[in-house]
Amino acid sequence: MPAFDNMPDMELYQPVQIDDALALAARLADRGWLVGGGQDTYGWIKDRNKRPDALIDLNGIESLRGIREIADGIEIGALTTLTEVATNPIVRERYSLLSKAASVVASPQIRNAGTLAGNVAQDVRCWYYRRGLDCYRAGGNLCYADTPEAQNREHAIFNASRCVAVTPSDTGPALVALEAQMVITSQRGQRVVPADRFFVGPDVDIENTTVLRDGEILTAVRIPAKWAGAEFYYEKVADRNVWDFALVSIAGAMRIEGGNIVASSIVCGAVQCTPRRLSSVERAIQGRPRNEATATMVAGMASQGARPLNQNAFKMPLMDNLVTKLLTA
Amino acid sequence: MNPRLTRRRFIKSVIFSGAALSSGAGFYLASAQSRQAGAVERLVSLNINGRTRRVDVMPQETLAHTLRYKLGLTGTKIGCNRGECGSCTVTIDDVTHYSCSTLTHSVKGKEVVTIEGLRSESGALHPVQQAFIDELSPQCGFCTPGQIMSTVALLKTNPRPTREEARQALSGNLCRCGAYDHYLNGVMRASGQLS
Repeated sequence: MPAFDNMPDMELYQPVQIDDALALAARLADRGWLVGGGQDTYGWIKDRNKRPDALIDLNGIESLRGIREIADGIEIGALTTLTEVATNPIVRERYSLLSKAASVVASPQIRNAGTLAGNVAQDVRCWYYRRGLDCYRAGGNLCYADTPEAQNREHAIFNASRCVAVTPSDTGPALVALEAQMVITSQRGQRVVPADRFFVGPDVDIENTTVLRDGEILTAVRIPAKWAGAEFYYEKVADRNVWDFALVSIAGAMRIEGGNIVASSIVCGAVQCTPRRLSSVERAIQGRPRNEATATMVAGMASQGARPLNQNAFKMPLMDNLVTKLLTA
Repeated sequence: MNPRLTRRRFIKSVIFSGAALSSGAGFYLASAQSRQAGAVERLVSLNINGRTRRVDVMPQETLAHTLRYKLGLTGTKIGCNRGECGSCTVTIDDVTHYSCSTLTHSVKGKEVVTIEGLRSESGALHPVQQAFIDELSPQCGFCTPGQIMSTVALLKTNPRPTREEARQALSGNLCRCGAYDHYLNGVMRASGQLS
């Protein structure tokens, strides 16, 4: 497969008003491609594996930038860079779970360009799919990652349905744990989708990882006050410290009163196509202290029901150990 | 047979068309088509290294391409061209970016600084460049422009970084020679923490 240095000829639109961007997105539909930081865009286009006719560069729309306080929590503009999310004083003070997650994405330069919306809307990293093969996700009728010889160490252990790719997002699990609301705007109006329903698996829609459709733009992410200042734990396990996607990541928020966990929200990344909420663990640790004994009690619970592929069974103990670390940190 | 189409003329024309394609001229000719209403204007003014440069930029062109092949600023290297190596690092409004993964049209109105823009008007090297030479930081040198740009950006916001902070700041720049510790020595020297 040729890997060209230049992108093929295409149109570029640089709207400065959100209304203009929405009109363009509606008019161009599947021929257009929204660009925020562009870090998941240019590789696809340089490789000729995605061929939009036009790019819609959203970076000129100032209203999509910045972090503001709202009645219930904060609102983060879609184009806010990951560096800004990681270093913003309000996010660091109240939602350090999210700032930690944003600070471990890829590399410094990618965080300087990459946006929060782009991080949750990015496509999966399965290399067979990225290579341009006609797999299920690309509209074909085969999964190249789920064969006896396939290299699937990084792939899913839960809820695979034909496609076995996992969510690559580091901020996704943190946003699901914080019960964020995703604000999606189109010319028809606005809809607000909870983060856990924003991501969809291949059983629901095999060609998209989110509920975003042509003509729609993810314009903001709202984080409710519910988990502000809670006890947080975030860890991303990857082969490299920089420039790598998670093998498994965990994002947890806990409220502790009188020495016991009264509420918790624990989510794993990179184990299935969407961030996976560990509801059984949350129920089991309810009313118990955050300590070694509780960790021992729920040992093995996180990975229950996993169906590993040939090379990724290691993700099961990894998940369980991350839960232990979360409870004993 | 057309008497004007001699054998010599025919061969010359074949050679010419082949040369045009192989030199890449075909790429530019093919891309010079009319623009849709509302799409970007190709002729733009860019602020590169403190100078205003007028340049004809394709809509989908990356900054690395513009810098190297249109402005002759070949100090910015293209390694992977996919945002995976860091050798194309430049600063845009004092923030590091991979120029291979930045659309040139998105830096209009911003200040781009490349490795060529660091030396003073007298020609003296930037303190970071001098420190990297003093510490023998580069080995093969291909990643060095990127390492220097990341260091310059770091020292603007954090003039006396710890070694760990420097390691974080330079973590988006691969060095396949593995001269990382030498680069960190260079950062320490440039920030006056090594004598």
